Amino acid sequence: MCLSIPSKIVSIDKEHNRAQVDTMGVGREVSLDLMPEPPQIGDYVLIHIGFAMNKIDEADALESIKLFEELLAAQDESGQGLP
Amino acid sequence: MTAEELHFRAFRNPEHIRALAALIAQQAQGLGPVRIMEVCGGHTHAIMQHGLHTLMPENIQFIHGPGCPVCVMPKARIDQAIALAKEPEVVLVTLGDMIKVPGSDGSLADARAQGAAVHFVYSPLDALAIAAKHPDKQVVFFAIGFETTTPMSAALIESAQRAGVSNLLFHINHVTVPEAVSAILDSDDAQIDALIGPSHVSVITGAQIYQPLVDRFQLPVVVSGFEPLDILEGVHRIITQKRAGEAKLSIQYTRSVTYEGNPTAQALIARTFKKRESFEWRGLGAIAQSAWQLADRYSHLDAETIYADRFEANPREDHQACLCGTILRGAAKPTDCPLFKHPCTPQNPIGSCMVSSEGACAAYYRYGQEVRL
Ligand code: SF4
Repeated sequence: MCLSIPSKIVSIDKEHNRAQVDTMGVGREVSLDLMPEPPQIGDYVLIHIGFAMNKIDEADALESIKLFEELLAAQDESGQGLP
Repeated sequence: MTAEELHFRAFRNPEHIRALAALIAQQAQGLGPVRIMEVCGGHTHAIMQHGLHTLMPENIQFIHGPGCPVCVMPKARIDQAIALAKEPEVVLVTLGDMIKVPGSDGSLADARAQGAAVHFVYSPLDALAIAAKHPDKQVVFFAIGFETTTPMSAALIESAQRAGVSNLLFHINHVTVPEAVSAILDSDDAQIDALIGPSHVSVITGAQIYQPLVDRFQLPVVVSGFEPLDILEGVHRIITQKRAGEAKLSIQYTRSVTYEGNPTAQALIARTFKKRESFEWRGLGAIAQSAWQLADRYSHLDAETIYADRFEANPREDHQACLCGTILRGAAKPTDCPLFKHPCTPQNPIGSCMVSSEGACAAYYRYGQEVRL
């Protein structure tokens, strides 16, 4: 029940405060009643039991991945660590 | 990188997983045992599914926590749900997770097979359509879950009021993470050196809910996401703190969690619910201030009081050998239970930890059981 899934906002129904989202190719409608700020089309949000809970910050995600890349490069260089 | 890769695959990159695990192993050398409780059952599953426990050095151990809402639900509450469903005028609506959870005398699925009106839904909002479809019935929404699902129930209540729905009552079983974890840390049962907090709870509450635990128990707490690299980064941050002799609150899942959390959801909860003095947890016993009930302004919608005279107060005890309660306190592993696999399986669950898709026993059953102790 508890896993929240990243989903992309496809369209927004302002009147009912709902949005159509795409979750890995599966379309569904969600409520925006819990969103602190209205999302834009194309934003990624976390979905949980029929509600969008929050936006996902893509720049932040990219930053994390960059750090993993750097870690891997550092280990390759020192030739140690990889089991 | 496409959005698809970014959100679904990047945090499972096997090369990065191996590199980070190697770094953790290297830095954990000489630290002594570090027992990390992952509070949430979703994390337990992710750890088992991706075999993260097998990548850890000897001295790092995952302890499975109480964060499985179905597992911690006491039988008495499930008995109440079944009693409600058996009332001729009642249509009971609850989330699909509740289907097979055993009460004293069978599950909601059994009650439905015997003719009781029970609907299992994906979202609380589905209760609105069910109420509209059964105007002559009393629809009761049986609400379950931690902080992650609490605002959704609150949103349902406000939506129903706005729409003038007059045949929808509520049975509220929402519970809170910090009070349960605090009760575990206070007991001598489980030795815990650090916590991994679930990101989705803190998307709502903020990371702030753990600050009192950090201060009181001098524990590192890292709020992490559910992908394997998120969890490993959480472990890495814990090890870094341990090496420095620190105990701090840290947010790993910064792509959606802040210290303060979601103000809209928090305000909604504050308008709709109030804390119970005490709530009985399966395995953990009564814990003060650890659950919600309807706020006074909605007390006329409370199925728990309206149908109070239909509820029996004596739930049947769990199977004597079932260790679910001890597992929820982090003091035993599913493999310690003599009934694990024989005969307890997800098809024939004896305790709630095997029923729920988030239960520790179900995770061990599904993903194998080799655990380094
Ligand atoms: S394996 Fe079954 S009987 Fe044993 S603790 Fe888990 S749920 Fe209880």
